[in-house]
Amino acid sequence: MSRKIPEEQYEKTRSYRLKQWLYGTKDPYLDNVEMQPQKPFVEELVVTEERAKERAFIFEEAFREENARNRIWNKLYRAFSVIFCITLVLILVYGVSYLPIVGNPDNPVNNEVAQRYIENGLQETGAVNIVTGMILDYRAFDTLGESHVLFIATCTVLMLLRRDKKIGNPDITYYDEDPNDYTHEPENDLILQIAAQVLVPVIMIFGIYVILAGHLGPGGGFSGGAIIGAGLILYLNAFGFEKTEKFFTAKTYKRMSFGALGCYCMAKSYSFYTGANHIHSIIPLGTPGAILSSGLILILNICVGIVVAGTMYTFYVMFRKGGY
Amino acid sequence: MQIFTYILMAFLLICAIAVSLSKNLLNSLLIFMSYSLVMSIIWIILESPDLAITEAAVGAGITSVLFFITLKKIQAMVDNKKEDEKNEQENS
Repeated sequence: MSRKIPEEQYEKTRSYRLKQWLYGTKDPYLDNVEMQPQKPFVEELVVTEERAKERAFIFEEAFREENARNRIWNKLYRAFSVIFCITLVLILVYGVSYLPIVGNPDNPVNNEVAQRYIENGLQETGAVNIVTGMILDYRAFDTLGESHVLFIATCTVLMLLRRDKKIGNPDITYYDEDPNDYTHEPENDLILQIAAQVLVPVIMIFGIYVILAGHLGPGGGFSGGAIIGAGLILYLNAFGFEKTEKFFTAKTYKRMSFGALGCYCMAKSYSFYTGANHIHSIIPLGTPGAILSSGLILILNICVGIVVAGTMYTFYVMFRKGGY
Repeated sequence: MQIFTYILMAFLLICAIAVSLSKNLLNSLLIFMSYSLVMSIIWIILESPDLAITEAAVGAGITSVLFFITLKKIQAMVDNKKEDEKNEQENS
Protein backbone atom coordinates (compact mmCIF):
# COMPACT_ATOMS: atom_id res chain seq x y z
CA MET A 1 0.00 0.00 0.00
CA SER A 2 2.22 2.73 -1.23
CA ARG A 3 1.03 6.04 -2.51
CA LYS A 4 2.71 9.28 -3.23
CA ILE A 5 2.36 12.09 -0.74
CA PRO A 6 3.30 15.73 -1.27
CA GLU A 7 6.75 16.90 -0.30
CA GLU A 8 5.66 19.00 2.66
CA GLN A 9 3.79 16.14 4.21
CA TYR A 10 6.70 13.80 3.62
CA GLU A 11 9.08 16.11 5.42
CA LYS A 12 7.04 15.77 8.58
CA THR A 13 7.22 11.98 8.71
CA ARG A 14 9.54 10.13 11.03
CA SER A 15 11.36 8.22 8.31
CA TYR A 16 12.43 11.46 6.68
CA ARG A 17 13.80 12.78 9.95
CA LEU A 18 15.60 9.51 10.60
CA LYS A 19 17.22 9.74 7.19
CA GLN A 20 18.28 13.28 7.88
CA TRP A 21 19.77 12.28 11.18
CA LEU A 22 21.63 9.37 9.60
CA TYR A 23 23.08 11.22 6.66
CA GLY A 24 23.91 14.36 8.58
CA THR A 25 21.83 17.05 7.00
CA LYS A 26 20.33 19.89 8.95
CA ASP A 27 17.36 19.17 11.10
CA PRO A 28 14.47 21.41 10.02
CA TYR A 29 13.20 21.75 13.58
CA LEU A 30 16.49 22.33 15.39
CA ASP A 31 18.47 24.62 13.17
CA ASN A 32 21.77 24.58 14.96
CA VAL A 33 22.12 20.88 15.59
CA GLU A 34 23.92 19.10 12.85
CA MET A 35 24.64 15.42 12.99
CA GLN A 36 27.62 14.24 11.05
CA PRO A 37 29.28 10.93 10.46
CA GLN A 38 31.93 10.14 13.05
CA LYS A 39 35.42 11.41 12.34
CA PRO A 40 38.40 9.06 12.66
CA PHE A 41 40.03 9.27 16.07
CA VAL A 42 43.13 11.49 16.07
CA GLU A 43 45.10 12.05 19.21
CA GLU A 44 47.32 14.99 19.99
CA LEU A 45 50.94 14.42 20.86
CA VAL A 46 50.63 15.95 24.35
CA VAL A 47 47.86 13.59 25.34
CA THR A 48 49.84 10.59 24.15
CA GLU A 49 52.86 11.63 26.19
CA GLU A 50 50.74 12.15 29.28
CA ARG A 51 49.25 8.74 28.92
CA ALA A 52 52.66 7.14 28.52
CA LYS A 53 53.76 8.89 31.70
CA GLU A 54 50.74 7.63 33.60
CA ARG A 55 51.38 4.13 32.35
CA ALA A 56 54.98 4.26 33.49
CA PHE A 57 53.84 5.58 36.86
CA ILE A 58 51.42 2.71 37.25
CA PHE A 59 54.09 0.15 36.48
CA GLU A 60 56.63 1.78 38.78
CA GLU A 61 54.48 2.63 41.76
CA ALA A 62 51.28 0.69 41.82
CA PHE A 63 52.67 -2.72 40.99
CA ARG A 64 55.75 -2.46 43.18
CA GLU A 65 55.83 -5.03 45.91
CA GLU A 66 57.59 -2.83 48.47
CA ASN A 67 54.75 -0.34 48.34
CA ALA A 68 53.28 -0.33 51.84
CA ARG A 69 49.73 0.16 50.67
CA ASN A 70 50.05 -2.72 48.26
CA ARG A 71 51.28 -5.02 50.98
CA ILE A 72 48.29 -4.28 53.20
CA TRP A 73 45.86 -4.79 50.34
CA ASN A 74 47.51 -8.04 49.31
CA LYS A 75 47.08 -9.40 52.80
CA LEU A 76 43.49 -8.22 52.89
CA TYR A 77 42.74 -9.84 49.55
CA ARG A 78 44.17 -13.13 50.74
CA ALA A 79 42.14 -13.01 53.95
CA PHE A 80 38.99 -12.14 52.02
CA SER A 81 39.47 -14.95 49.54
CA VAL A 82 39.95 -17.49 52.33
CA ILE A 83 36.87 -16.18 54.14
CA PHE A 84 34.85 -16.28 50.93
CA CYS A 85 35.87 -19.87 50.18
CA ILE A 86 35.06 -21.03 53.70
CA THR A 87 31.63 -19.35 53.63
CA LEU A 88 30.87 -20.93 50.26
CA VAL A 89 31.88 -24.37 51.53
CA LEU A 90 29.77 -23.93 54.65
CA ILE A 91 26.71 -22.89 52.64
CA LEU A 92 27.11 -25.88 50.34
CA VAL A 93 27.58 -28.29 53.23
CA TYR A 94 24.52 -26.80 54.90
CA GLY A 95 22.56 -27.41 51.70
CA VAL A 96 23.80 -30.98 51.42
CA SER A 97 22.61 -31.73 54.96
CA TYR A 98 19.03 -31.21 53.76
CA LEU A 99 19.31 -33.86 51.01
CA PRO A 100 17.56 -37.17 51.63
CA ILE A 101 19.64 -39.98 53.09
CA VAL A 102 21.19 -42.44 50.64
CA GLY A 103 19.33 -45.76 50.46
CA ASN A 104 16.18 -44.62 52.20
CA PRO A 105 13.16 -46.27 50.51
CA ASP A 106 10.97 -43.21 51.10
CA ASN A 107 13.24 -40.94 49.03
CA PRO A 108 11.47 -38.84 46.38
CA VAL A 109 13.52 -40.61 43.71
CA ASN A 110 11.76 -43.90 44.33
CA ASN A 111 8.41 -43.12 42.76
CA GLU A 112 6.28 -44.73 40.12
CA VAL A 113 8.02 -42.92 37.22
CA ALA A 114 11.25 -44.92 37.31
CA GLN A 115 9.34 -48.14 37.81
CA ARG A 116 7.15 -47.46 34.81
CA TYR A 117 10.16 -46.61 32.65
CA ILE A 118 11.79 -49.92 33.51
CA GLU A 119 8.69 -52.08 33.24
CA ASN A 120 6.89 -50.56 30.25
CA GLY A 121 9.78 -48.84 28.48
CA LEU A 122 10.38 -51.57 25.94
CA GLN A 123 6.70 -51.88 25.09
CA GLU A 124 5.93 -48.22 24.83
CA THR A 125 9.03 -46.92 23.07
CA GLY A 126 10.32 -50.04 21.35
CA ALA A 127 13.92 -49.22 22.32
CA VAL A 128 16.02 -51.97 23.85
CA ASN A 129 18.26 -49.38 25.49
CA ILE A 130 16.01 -47.90 28.15
CA VAL A 131 18.18 -44.80 28.56
CA THR A 132 17.71 -43.85 24.92
CA GLY A 133 14.02 -44.58 25.19
CA MET A 134 13.88 -42.25 28.13
CA ILE A 135 15.81 -39.30 26.69
CA LEU A 136 14.37 -39.47 23.17
CA ASP A 137 10.81 -40.58 23.84
CA TYR A 138 9.57 -39.80 27.33
CA ARG A 139 11.85 -36.81 27.79
CA ALA A 140 12.38 -35.81 24.16
CA PHE A 141 11.45 -32.21 24.85
CA ASP A 142 14.49 -31.83 27.12
CA THR A 143 16.76 -33.26 24.42
CA LEU A 144 15.36 -30.75 21.93
CA GLY A 145 16.32 -28.02 24.38
CA GLU A 146 19.82 -29.45 24.63
CA SER A 147 20.24 -29.42 20.86
CA HIS A 148 19.13 -25.82 20.79
CA VAL A 149 21.60 -24.96 23.54
CA LEU A 150 24.37 -26.40 21.34
CA PHE A 151 23.13 -24.41 18.35
CA ILE A 152 23.00 -21.19 20.38
CA ALA A 153 26.49 -21.88 21.74
CA THR A 154 27.78 -22.14 18.17
CA CYS A 155 26.02 -18.91 17.25
CA THR A 156 27.72 -17.17 20.18
CA VAL A 157 31.13 -18.56 19.25
CA LEU A 158 30.54 -17.41 15.67
CA MET A 159 29.71 -13.93 16.88
CA LEU A 160 32.66 -13.67 19.24
CA LEU A 161 35.45 -15.32 17.27
CA ARG A 162 34.49 -14.67 13.67
CA ARG A 163 37.03 -12.70 11.68
CA ASP A 164 35.56 -11.27 8.51
CA LYS A 165 37.41 -10.43 5.39
CA LYS A 166 37.55 -6.68 5.03
CA ILE A 167 34.86 -5.36 2.74
CA GLY A 168 36.19 -3.75 -0.40
CA ASN A 169 39.70 -5.02 0.11
CA PRO A 170 39.88 -8.53 -1.32
CA ASP A 171 43.65 -8.72 -0.89
CA ILE A 172 43.40 -9.08 2.87
CA THR A 173 42.56 -12.59 3.90
CA TYR A 174 42.37 -14.13 7.33
CA TYR A 175 45.98 -15.10 7.07
CA ASP A 176 47.56 -11.68 7.05
CA GLU A 177 45.98 -10.40 10.21
CA ASP A 178 46.96 -13.01 12.72
CA PRO A 179 50.51 -13.01 14.01
CA ASN A 180 49.95 -15.77 16.57
CA ASP A 181 48.86 -18.65 14.46
CA TYR A 182 51.08 -17.80 11.58
CA THR A 183 50.04 -20.20 8.89
CA HIS A 184 46.72 -21.58 10.17
CA GLU A 185 47.47 -24.56 8.00
CA PRO A 186 48.84 -27.56 9.79
CA GLU A 187 52.32 -28.63 8.86
CA ASN A 188 52.44 -31.42 6.35
CA ASP A 189 53.34 -34.12 8.82
CA LEU A 190 53.73 -37.44 7.03
CA ILE A 191 53.25 -39.57 10.15
CA LEU A 192 50.06 -37.74 11.04
CA GLN A 193 48.75 -38.02 7.49
CA ILE A 194 49.34 -41.75 7.23
CA ALA A 195 47.84 -42.31 10.67
CA ALA A 196 44.83 -40.19 9.75
CA GLN A 197 44.33 -42.11 6.53
CA VAL A 198 43.95 -45.27 8.56
CA LEU A 199 42.13 -43.83 11.57
CA VAL A 200 39.62 -41.34 10.16
CA PRO A 201 37.43 -43.83 8.24
CA VAL A 202 37.35 -46.13 11.27
CA ILE A 203 36.40 -43.26 13.59
CA MET A 204 33.70 -42.08 11.20
CA ILE A 205 32.20 -45.54 10.82
CA PHE A 206 32.29 -46.06 14.57
CA GLY A 207 30.52 -42.73 15.09
CA ILE A 208 27.84 -43.62 12.56
CA TYR A 209 27.44 -47.01 14.23
CA VAL A 210 27.06 -45.39 17.66
CA ILE A 211 24.37 -43.06 16.29
CA LEU A 212 22.45 -45.72 14.39
CA ALA A 213 22.58 -48.31 17.17
CA GLY A 214 21.62 -45.81 19.85
CA HIS A 215 18.34 -47.54 20.58
CA LEU A 216 19.88 -51.01 20.68
CA GLY A 217 22.95 -50.55 22.82
CA PRO A 218 24.98 -47.91 24.57
CA GLY A 219 25.41 -44.75 22.57
CA GLY A 220 23.14 -42.27 20.91
CA GLY A 221 23.11 -39.04 19.03
CA PHE A 222 25.24 -36.95 21.33
CA SER A 223 28.15 -39.36 21.81
CA GLY A 224 28.12 -40.49 18.18
CA GLY A 225 28.07 -36.91 16.98
CA ALA A 226 30.99 -36.06 19.24
CA ILE A 227 32.96 -39.01 17.82
CA ILE A 228 32.28 -37.90 14.23
CA GLY A 229 33.27 -34.35 15.15
CA ALA A 230 36.54 -35.63 16.60
CA GLY A 231 37.17 -37.57 13.39
CA LEU A 232 36.58 -34.43 11.33
CA ILE A 233 38.99 -32.50 13.54
CA LEU A 234 41.66 -35.17 13.07
CA TYR A 235 41.15 -35.07 9.30
CA LEU A 236 41.46 -31.28 9.33
CA ASN A 237 44.65 -31.44 11.35
CA ALA A 238 46.22 -33.92 8.99
CA PHE A 239 45.23 -32.49 5.62
CA GLY A 240 44.51 -28.82 6.17
CA PHE A 241 41.64 -26.48 5.49
CA GLU A 242 41.83 -26.78 1.74
CA LYS A 243 40.60 -30.35 1.75
CA THR A 244 37.87 -29.93 4.36
CA GLU A 245 36.44 -26.78 2.86
CA LYS A 246 35.54 -28.77 -0.21
CA PHE A 247 32.77 -30.49 1.70
CA PHE A 248 32.24 -28.56 4.92
CA THR A 249 31.80 -24.80 5.08
CA ALA A 250 29.75 -22.44 7.19
CA LYS A 251 26.92 -22.73 4.68
CA THR A 252 26.90 -26.51 4.97
CA TYR A 253 26.82 -26.23 8.72
CA LYS A 254 23.94 -23.77 8.67
CA ARG A 255 21.86 -25.93 6.37
CA MET A 256 22.71 -29.13 8.21
CA SER A 257 21.86 -27.88 11.67
CA PHE A 258 18.77 -26.02 10.53
CA GLY A 259 17.52 -29.12 8.71
CA ALA A 260 18.25 -31.38 11.64
CA LEU A 261 16.65 -29.12 14.23
CA GLY A 262 13.63 -28.56 12.00
CA CYS A 263 13.27 -32.28 11.40
CA TYR A 264 13.48 -32.91 15.14
CA CYS A 265 10.82 -30.28 15.83
CA MET A 266 8.46 -31.67 13.18
CA ALA A 267 8.85 -35.26 14.32
CA LYS A 268 8.36 -34.41 17.95
CA SER A 269 5.44 -32.06 17.25
CA TYR A 270 3.68 -34.92 15.51
CA SER A 271 4.17 -37.28 18.43
CA PHE A 272 3.13 -34.63 20.96
CA TYR A 273 0.02 -33.86 18.92
CA THR A 274 -1.02 -37.49 18.69
CA GLY A 275 -0.15 -38.12 22.32
CA ALA A 276 -2.04 -35.14 23.68
CA ASN A 277 -5.17 -35.88 21.64
CA HIS A 278 -5.07 -39.65 22.21
CA ILE A 279 -4.79 -40.35 18.49
CA HIS A 280 -3.04 -43.51 17.43
CA SER A 281 0.33 -42.66 15.91
CA ILE A 282 0.88 -44.05 12.44
CA ILE A 283 4.58 -44.64 13.05
CA PRO A 284 5.11 -48.36 13.75
CA LEU A 285 7.27 -49.38 16.68
CA GLY A 286 8.65 -52.42 14.87
CA THR A 287 10.24 -55.45 16.46
CA PRO A 288 12.52 -54.53 19.35
CA GLY A 289 16.14 -55.28 18.50
CA ALA A 290 15.96 -54.50 14.80
CA ILE A 291 17.72 -51.46 13.39
CA LEU A 292 14.51 -50.03 11.88
CA SER A 293 12.48 -50.10 15.06
CA SER A 294 11.37 -47.98 17.99
CA GLY A 295 9.46 -45.42 15.98
CA LEU A 296 10.93 -41.94 15.91
CA ILE A 297 13.97 -42.59 18.08
CA LEU A 298 16.25 -43.49 15.18
CA ILE A 299 15.39 -40.29 13.28
CA LEU A 300 15.82 -38.15 16.37
CA ASN A 301 19.18 -39.78 17.08
CA ILE A 302 20.39 -38.97 13.58
CA CYS A 303 19.22 -35.35 13.93
CA VAL A 304 20.98 -34.88 17.26
CA GLY A 305 24.11 -36.54 15.87
CA ILE A 306 24.26 -34.18 12.87
CA VAL A 307 23.84 -31.11 15.08
CA VAL A 308 26.50 -32.24 17.56
CA ALA A 309 29.05 -33.23 14.90
CA GLY A 310 28.67 -29.90 13.12
CA THR A 311 28.88 -27.99 16.37
CA MET A 312 32.08 -29.67 17.52
CA TYR A 313 33.79 -29.12 14.19
CA THR A 314 32.63 -25.51 14.01
CA PHE A 315 33.94 -24.83 17.51
CA TYR A 316 37.34 -26.13 16.46
CA VAL A 317 37.47 -24.11 13.25
CA MET A 318 36.30 -20.94 14.99
CA PHE A 319 38.93 -21.28 17.69
CA ARG A 320 41.59 -22.03 15.12
CA LYS A 321 40.97 -19.62 12.31
CA GLY A 322 37.87 -17.57 13.01
CA GLY A 323 35.90 -18.31 9.88
CA TYR A 324 35.59 -20.85 7.14
CA MET B 1 36.85 -55.20 41.43
CA GLN B 2 36.26 -53.23 44.61
CA ILE B 3 39.98 -52.57 45.01
CA PHE B 4 40.25 -51.53 41.37
CA THR B 5 37.44 -49.02 41.89
CA TYR B 6 39.15 -47.61 44.95
CA ILE B 7 42.40 -47.21 43.04
CA LEU B 8 40.60 -45.35 40.26
CA MET B 9 38.83 -43.11 42.76
CA ALA B 10 42.12 -42.27 44.43
CA PHE B 11 43.61 -41.49 41.02
CA LEU B 12 40.65 -39.22 40.31
CA LEU B 13 41.19 -37.29 43.53
CA ILE B 14 44.91 -36.94 42.87
CA CYS B 15 44.19 -35.71 39.34
CA ALA B 16 41.65 -33.17 40.54
CA ILE B 17 44.10 -31.70 43.04
CA ALA B 18 47.06 -31.85 40.65
CA VAL B 19 45.20 -29.90 37.93
CA SER B 20 44.89 -26.89 40.19
CA LEU B 21 48.38 -27.16 41.67
CA SER B 22 50.34 -27.64 38.45
CA LYS B 23 52.23 -24.54 37.34
CA ASN B 24 52.50 -25.46 33.69
CA LEU B 25 49.20 -25.04 31.87
CA LEU B 26 50.00 -27.78 29.37
CA ASN B 27 50.67 -30.26 32.16
CA SER B 28 47.43 -29.45 33.91
CA LEU B 29 45.60 -29.92 30.62
CA LEU B 30 47.09 -33.40 30.17
CA ILE B 31 46.14 -34.26 33.75
CA PHE B 32 42.62 -33.04 33.02
CA MET B 33 42.48 -35.36 30.01
CA SER B 34 43.51 -38.35 32.10
CA TYR B 35 40.90 -37.34 34.66
CA SER B 36 38.17 -37.63 32.01
CA LEU B 37 39.54 -40.94 30.81
CA VAL B 38 39.50 -42.44 34.32
CA MET B 39 36.04 -40.99 34.86
CA SER B 40 34.79 -42.83 31.79
CA ILE B 41 36.17 -46.11 33.16
CA ILE B 42 34.36 -45.41 36.41
CA TRP B 43 31.14 -44.84 34.48
CA ILE B 44 31.54 -48.29 32.93
CA ILE B 45 32.02 -49.80 36.39
CA LEU B 46 28.86 -48.00 37.50
CA GLU B 47 27.07 -49.71 34.59
CA SER B 48 26.26 -46.68 32.50
CA PRO B 49 28.07 -47.22 29.20
CA ASP B 50 26.12 -44.40 27.51
CA LEU B 51 27.73 -41.86 29.78
CA ALA B 52 31.11 -43.56 29.43
CA ILE B 53 31.13 -43.13 25.65
CA THR B 54 30.05 -39.50 25.93
CA GLU B 55 32.63 -38.75 28.60
CA ALA B 56 35.42 -40.32 26.55
CA ALA B 57 34.44 -38.49 23.37
CA VAL B 58 33.65 -35.07 24.82
CA GLY B 59 35.69 -34.86 28.00
CA ALA B 60 38.89 -36.53 26.91
CA GLY B 61 38.64 -35.71 23.21
CA ILE B 62 37.06 -32.50 22.12
CA THR B 63 37.27 -30.37 25.26
CA SER B 64 41.00 -30.99 25.50
CA VAL B 65 41.50 -30.20 21.82
CA LEU B 66 39.67 -26.89 22.27
CA PHE B 67 41.81 -26.18 25.34
CA PHE B 68 44.96 -26.93 23.33
CA ILE B 69 44.03 -24.39 20.67
CA THR B 70 43.18 -21.83 23.31
CA LEU B 71 46.56 -22.35 24.94
CA LYS B 72 48.23 -21.92 21.58
CA LYS B 73 46.25 -18.73 20.93
CA ILE B 74 47.23 -17.16 24.23
CA GLN B 75 50.80 -18.38 23.65
CA ALA B 76 50.94 -20.39 26.83
CA MET B 77 52.36 -23.37 25.01
CA VAL B 78 56.05 -22.59 24.70
CA ASP B 79 57.59 -23.91 21.55
CA ASN B 80 60.68 -25.89 22.48
CA LYS B 81 62.34 -25.39 19.12
CA LYS B 82 62.06 -21.63 19.30
CA GLU B 83 63.39 -21.54 22.84
CA ASP B 84 66.38 -23.63 21.89
CA GLU B 85 67.12 -21.31 18.99
CA LYS B 86 66.87 -18.32 21.29
CA ASN B 87 69.24 -19.91 23.79
CA GLU B 88 71.72 -20.74 21.06
CA GLN B 89 71.64 -17.18 19.79
CA GLU B 90 72.23 -15.85 23.28
CA ASN B 91 75.09 -18.24 23.86
CA SER B 92 76.84 -17.53 20.59
